Amino acid sequence: MFALLHESGLGQFYVLAPAPGVRVGQTTAQGQWTFLDEATVQEKLLDYADEQRAKVTLHLPAIHCVACVWLLENLFRLRADIGESRVNFARREVSITFNRVQLKLSDLVALLASLGYEPELTYGELEPSRRKAPRGRQRQWLQLGVAGFGFGNIMLLALPGYLGLDSLSGPWFKPLAGGLGLVLALPVLVYSAADYWRAAWFGLQQRVLTLDVPIALGLMAIYGQSVFEVATGRGEGYCDSLTGLIFFLLCGRVFQQKTFDRLAFDRDYKGFFPLAVLRRSSSGEETVAISQLTVGDRLVIRHGELVPADARLLKGEARVDYSFVTGESEPVSRHAGELLFAGGRQTGGAIEVATVKPVSESYLTSLWNNEIFRKPRHEDLDSQTNHYSRRFTVAVMGVATAAAAFWMSVDASVALKAFTSVLIVACPCALALAAPLTLGTAQRWLARRHVFLRNAQVVERLAAVDTVVLDKTGTLTSPGAGQATWSGMALTEMEQDWLHSMAQHSAHPLALQIKATLRKASAEPLWSCVEKPGCGMEGRIGSREILLGSAAWVESRGARLDSETQPSPIADGEAAAAAGAAHTAAVRGSAVHVVIDGCHRGCFTLESPLRPEVDALLVRLRRDYELVLLSGDHARDAQRFQALLGGQSRVEFNQSPFDKLEVIRELQAAGRRVMMVGDGLNDAGALQQADVGVAVVEKVGTFSPASDVILDAAQLPRLSEVLDFSRRAARVVRAGFAVSGLYNLVGIAIAAAGLLSPLVCAVLMPLSSVTVVLFVIGATRWVAQRTCNEGGRRQAPAMEVMP
Amino acid sequence: MSVLVLLIFASLAMAATFLAAFIWAVRSGQYEDTQTPSLRVLVEEPTAPRSQFPSNKDTVIP
Repeated sequence: MFALLHESGLGQFYVLAPAPGVRVGQTTAQGQWTFLDEATVQEKLLDYADEQRAKVTLHLPAIHCVACVWLLENLFRLRADIGESRVNFARREVSITFNRVQLKLSDLVALLASLGYEPELTYGELEPSRRKAPRGRQRQWLQLGVAGFGFGNIMLLALPGYLGLDSLSGPWFKPLAGGLGLVLALPVLVYSAADYWRAAWFGLQQRVLTLDVPIALGLMAIYGQSVFEVATGRGEGYCDSLTGLIFFLLCGRVFQQKTFDRLAFDRDYKGFFPLAVLRRSSSGEETVAISQLTVGDRLVIRHGELVPADARLLKGEARVDYSFVTGESEPVSRHAGELLFAGGRQTGGAIEVATVKPVSESYLTSLWNNEIFRKPRHEDLDSQTNHYSRRFTVAVMGVATAAAAFWMSVDASVALKAFTSVLIVACPCALALAAPLTLGTAQRWLARRHVFLRNAQVVERLAAVDTVVLDKTGTLTSPGAGQATWSGMALTEMEQDWLHSMAQHSAHPLALQIKATLRKASAEPLWSCVEKPGCGMEGRIGSREILLGSAAWVESRGARLDSETQPSPIADGEAAAAAGAAHTAAVRGSAVHVVIDGCHRGCFTLESPLRPEVDALLVRLRRDYELVLLSGDHARDAQRFQALLGGQSRVEFNQSPFDKLEVIRELQAAGRRVMMVGDGLNDAGALQQADVGVAVVEKVGTFSPASDVILDAAQLPRLSEVLDFSRRAARVVRAGFAVSGLYNLVGIAIAAAGLLSPLVCAVLMPLSSVTVVLFVIGATRWVAQRTCNEGGRRQAPAMEVMP
Repeated sequence: MSVLVLLIFASLAMAATFLAAFIWAVRSGQYEDTQTPSLRVLVEEPTAPRSQFPSNKDTVIP
């Protein structure tokens, strides 16, 4: 056996990973992928195709280890018609070249699925923009390389000058070094610093003094002064400082631009919808791409599948889970002839529907026609850094002009030198490094704790937040896995047994929750058990008749609902506190009633449980922030959440996605900085509108609506720590500004006095940069440690450091 | 002293070569994905012969 595996060369897979984690056995339905062979789909999906070969890039969320990479890159050993395959681990993608004559794309995908790597094929995958590789990073590396080249070589030439050795080489050395410096600095100035020129010009056009304006001014002044000095033979110029400055700035930028390739921060509903559905036509069933659906198509939706477009139910019992779409926590029952909205997930048996609207015009997707989705995410023109740089620029220009004016009256020959010297020395190198390095360090630290920021500036915006808006379903409460709460007469152990074995016979989500609540003992076999869809269950054990179902149904069976029963909770947790509220809710009918032998015994109410430690989180947040709860769910839990959020907090239920968006807008109009925390498509508008949108996800990498922050649900209790940390990081940035400001003050004083020598300049500039870099990185680490310790003191298990 | 001039230009030429090599490396996409290659080296190539299907060595596919 070992020899056989060894010969085929694939046995190594098991050597690599004793438990390779490949999920086998998920048999895919025959013809599930046939839609991939359609020309229109292929045209968009394939990166390259000719008569013989094709290349496709697929997103495989299941990639997670070395063995995955190895197996996927050795696919060609499994099938001769597969050529090269390359994995991009960071993006969880594989590019496969294959012979399209012998191997259909659908078969290739089926092969991957059978190996456990089912590709994520969503409607959004066909968007052309989604499939473009990022090119910006190449440019960034090239700019950094050119700057490093210029900096290093100019430094070599300038070194003799620092040590006073240049006089030994002869009189020709100085002009040569200066001239070469000017030549080497030119590409750095033009190519590497191009983004600063562009940004400064853009800022001036928008009449905003960004930090790029003084940088551009300083660069111009340094190069101009250098050209002047070399041309007149006065010195070597300052090209060493100039290129060093640009090099450090670019390093800071590379540090800041940490991207999380496997996370998508700007997905819309198209990433949520499947790529294909099962269509029933006169000729039978076929899988078609969603983009090809037309109004009136008859679709088959099976358990766990999405309703792709607004549709009318034709056949079957629909129990649609809208929790991700509207925030309603319980699945909704619909009967034939009723309308189903797009985005709902069918639970239970298969249903047949007829579409009434195209995918792009359904109720939910109309949210994306809102203007908020058409403008790009806010450009950070009013960030903290720019706020400081505005004052800085004004002050520097003021000092430079004043110095020039002063020297004009005393000694005109020094005036120009004083003016440019101030600009050179005040060049906000250190200032420009403080923010990117601090925020970049903060972003990395948070990422290690499964809090992913879209970019480093989000830290600054997090620090400014004063209002936190929360969604309920899926954010504060965890989806599914609810606890059933019993209210009514106490049940004997035997009765609990009966109910347990009855609930076992149903796949209904409520029945599953009831089953999970009851302790299982030795179950006496049921004599008979009949499920009435949409009503409840009827079971017999011996001579006893047990009914389990909705109020209307048990009443129709002759039972009288006794509203006088005293609550006696058997479930743990919040049951005691919630029993009173649950009892009133029970009367309103969102409960499962139990009738034994015609006598009403009580009912189970089901509530979605809070995520662990959320109550403690809310108490902490309440101290520093204004809290608002916006839920798309029924007001059933209103009292409970009002209590959790505190008396004066605003709690709104039955909120449509548009209402949520409006509330955020209202708060912002009142001058509030709003952070929205949500999970579902119904929060998408609010997440986009808020100053900071936080998407809570069960598993990092799964679908989440467009947002600034992606937060692992397990880390939700740490939200207050994230906010604390951001505020401290912002303080570190300010302190960094102060340090570099101090240096500038000394430098400017020397420069304004007209005393600036090349040596002072050469020492002062790198020294200030290095100090600021060390200071901000050290301070951010220290702040992170402190936040960590505080979190550790408060909660028994210290914050876990994730690899 | 002309030896110094010669050395300066020689060193510049060498640095320029390295810069050119770096530009080529970036352009050819070696900085696109810095994570996967670090995983790839952990595994030895199996001894079985490669498939007969033309790989990217014979035909370059964009």
